[in-house]
Amino acid sequence: MSAYRRAMPSTWWLRNRAYFLFMVRELTSVPIAVYLILLLLMVRKLAAGQEAYEAYLRFLATPGMVAFHLLALAAALFHAVTWINITPKVLVVRVGENRVPPALVAGANYAAWIVVSILIAWIVVRS
Amino acid sequence: MPQPTITLNIFRYRPEQDQEPGFQTYEVPYRTDWVVLDAINYIKDTLDGSLSYRWSCRMGICGSCGMMINGVPKLSCATFLKEYYPAPVRVEPLANFPVERDLVIVLDDFMQKLTSIKPWIIPKEAKPLSAGEYRQTPAELARYKQFSMCINCMLCYAACPVYGLEPRFLGPAAIALAQRYNLDSRDQGRSERQEVLATEEGIWDCTLVGECTTVCPAHVDPAGAIQQAKLATALDWVKGVLIPWGKR
Repeated sequence: MSAYRRAMPSTWWLRNRAYFLFMVRELTSVPIAVYLILLLLMVRKLAAGQEAYEAYLRFLATPGMVAFHLLALAAALFHAVTWINITPKVLVVRVGENRVPPALVAGANYAAWIVVSILIAWIVVRS
Repeated sequence: MPQPTITLNIFRYRPEQDQEPGFQTYEVPYRTDWVVLDAINYIKDTLDGSLSYRWSCRMGICGSCGMMINGVPKLSCATFLKEYYPAPVRVEPLANFPVERDLVIVLDDFMQKLTSIKPWIIPKEAKPLSAGEYRQTPAELARYKQFSMCINCMLCYAACPVYGLEPRFLGPAAIALAQRYNLDSRDQGRSERQEVLATEEGIWDCTLVGECTTVCPAHVDPAGAIQQAKLATALDWVKGVLIPWGKR
């Protein structure tokens, strides 16, 4: 008599919402990686001279590229929000017997995110 | 008025006669105050004595009666039929474990993993009895109390796709319990546990799906425990790089 082993189907991640969202979160890395490659290419074109750089900018302005960047932005936002929502699980801050409320830990991260984003936006817009 | 009934589709596997497992359908009385375990006990007592399953306390303490109920790992003693009625209820043995018979899983792997993290207090130097008890303040107790509530029901292992895909993974409950002792002020055994914990098949196999915490009936938050262990281990590494001569 032997124990019966059930194989895990390759569609396991479609079994429930949490598994599916986990998989979506893992997949956000793909558009973000492609975005970074496009960014590195931009640096290369910049080094190649003004003409190459401007041709690259025109390529980025094509509808397909704009759509891709919107997708990459959505992926980055989803990844960032889920990341920050997890921080209270990792950072357990205690004051005596009490735990600092998880919402406060996540809130501090959101606040830092907004401050840094405003700072970067200010640097970009100013130049 | 006739007594209403509810249908249970139960996973059956009798190794002496079945090559492959299958499902058997039972019609049991429907009562609003019955949990799934009551219905299974009714089947065992009156319909089919050959059905095998584990249970003991029927009040969410012993952790024996974990089953997949409509595909979700749950304690069958804490899952009411009224959550599903009038739809049928599908009952299967906990996912990710080999099946011994019907709803009974093989738990040797879990038991071995549980003991591998040395789930007991390891003091630096054992005090003689005459030295009195190891004292602890309420604040020190609060640091680990949540992780000490585990009832070893293994629902978290059934919910963890990493454990399903990589059976070598130490798993949520074992890591949460290791963290429980690591956070105990009376314990100095962390470096011993790190040999098992700070490995690929220990904490680093976890990709934080988070379902272990969702299904935990004792609100232990194993996902949180694993991430906290990862943070502590990463800090060990940073300290080792910055202060190579310091003790870990």
